[in-house]
Amino acid sequence: MAPAVHLRAAVALAGRFPALSGVDLTVAPGEVVVVLGPNGAGKTSLLRTCAGLLAVTSGQAVVLGCDLADDRTAVRSRVGLLGHAAPLYDELTAAENVRFAVRAAGLPAGRAEPALERLGLVGRLRRTTVGRLSAGQRRRVALASLLARAPELWLLDEPHAGLDAAARRLLADLVAEAAGGGAAVVLSSHEPDLAAPLADRVVTMSGGRVAEERRGGRRPLQAVTGGAHVA
Amino acid sequence: MWRDALLVAGKDLRIEARSRVALWQVLPFALLVLFLAAFALGPSAPVLRSAAPGLFWLAVLFSTVLATQRSFAIESGEGTRDGLRLSGIDPAGIFLGKAAALAVELAALQVVLWAGLALFFGVHVHTVWLAVVASLLATVGLAAAGVIYGALSAGLRVRETLLPLLVLPILAPVLLAGSRAWSAAVSGPASAGTPWLRILIPFAAVYVVVGVVLYGPLQEAA
Repeated sequence: MAPAVHLRAAVALAGRFPALSGVDLTVAPGEVVVVLGPNGAGKTSLLRTCAGLLAVTSGQAVVLGCDLADDRTAVRSRVGLLGHAAPLYDELTAAENVRFAVRAAGLPAGRAEPALERLGLVGRLRRTTVGRLSAGQRRRVALASLLARAPELWLLDEPHAGLDAAARRLLADLVAEAAGGGAAVVLSSHEPDLAAPLADRVVTMSGGRVAEERRGGRRPLQAVTGGAHVA
Repeated sequence: MWRDALLVAGKDLRIEARSRVALWQVLPFALLVLFLAAFALGPSAPVLRSAAPGLFWLAVLFSTVLATQRSFAIESGEGTRDGLRLSGIDPAGIFLGKAAALAVELAALQVVLWAGLALFFGVHVHTVWLAVVASLLATVGLAAAGVIYGALSAGLRVRETLLPLLVLPILAPVLLAGSRAWSAAVSGPASAGTPWLRILIPFAAVYVVVGVVLYGPLQEAA
């Protein structure tokens, strides 16, 4: 099976500044890779490169079969990026934001409802404009958009930030389910204790490169979900 | 592309309906421009009537800059800017959708300004079809050019001050042709106004085509 992400000596620029300095990383479909590292190590740049947002100037970068050196826009609609800033419109309600994301991806709007319910965005919350939600609730709306779109590659940039304990457990379930469904997941974090148990592999970045790689602590999907059916 | 355009236009208009920036900021600004210019010209009714078409289009032009800035302010966050690029929406659809939403706002603004001219300046349009056609063509051109230059300046820190500098000179043909066509619609024979439509038609067509073709690269550059 072709890897979801295949980077070899990939160098990427953020504007005029080097963001990745020769990254080697392969992520298989259904695999969860957690990326650790200090501020400025290149974690966010790695995710943005995989999303086709940063230009790869040398090396090889193939994501979901698309060579980013040839065309980095083709892959974008197939990945889901949850960055530091949620891609949400403050004046739209939670439900409207998720529906917009779903319809923009060319999917039926009906896919928004199960995702909203799964993230606990029901009743008054789903009708509240996002600008009036807390940071954690906004994060849930962004996750609901991601879940509804069901991308082939999940790119989660410090997804635990702002989430309460229940939402973190839910995030762990969503990651496990996405991987169980065949999607690849790359998740960056400053919190190894929270992130490493979700991972098949943990890579540590430093200076725009992968400095270290080890096995993660992810259990088989059945153990994570307690044997429940996974959509 | 058309499905994407409808989606983006619907989103922008819904956001505008909730935030009411056009209603409470852009529209009062346009009326202020109209009245301040009238104060500067003095109380002479014939002078005001002859200047009214020019004042109308000047107010519309300045309002276009404000409305364009607002249109891109809602996409100015890192999250929403990236979100739109990752959404799967055709860039041409984004351009057409944003331009359509802007055009709807500008058309509504012109209706109110038109009523203001009639009410306070005593200006009555005699050749209505000429005024309407000129307004429609100018609106399409203003919206298309506004969105192109809005996208060009969107990623810059100095976008608020740069956009008027970029866009106002570009919109000068609309000011000229719109004013002359409206002058003819108000007081002259319609035949004096129709040649000015020949400026508005290519202006609108060129900016719509340029926007459809170049919005993707512009979005990337921003």
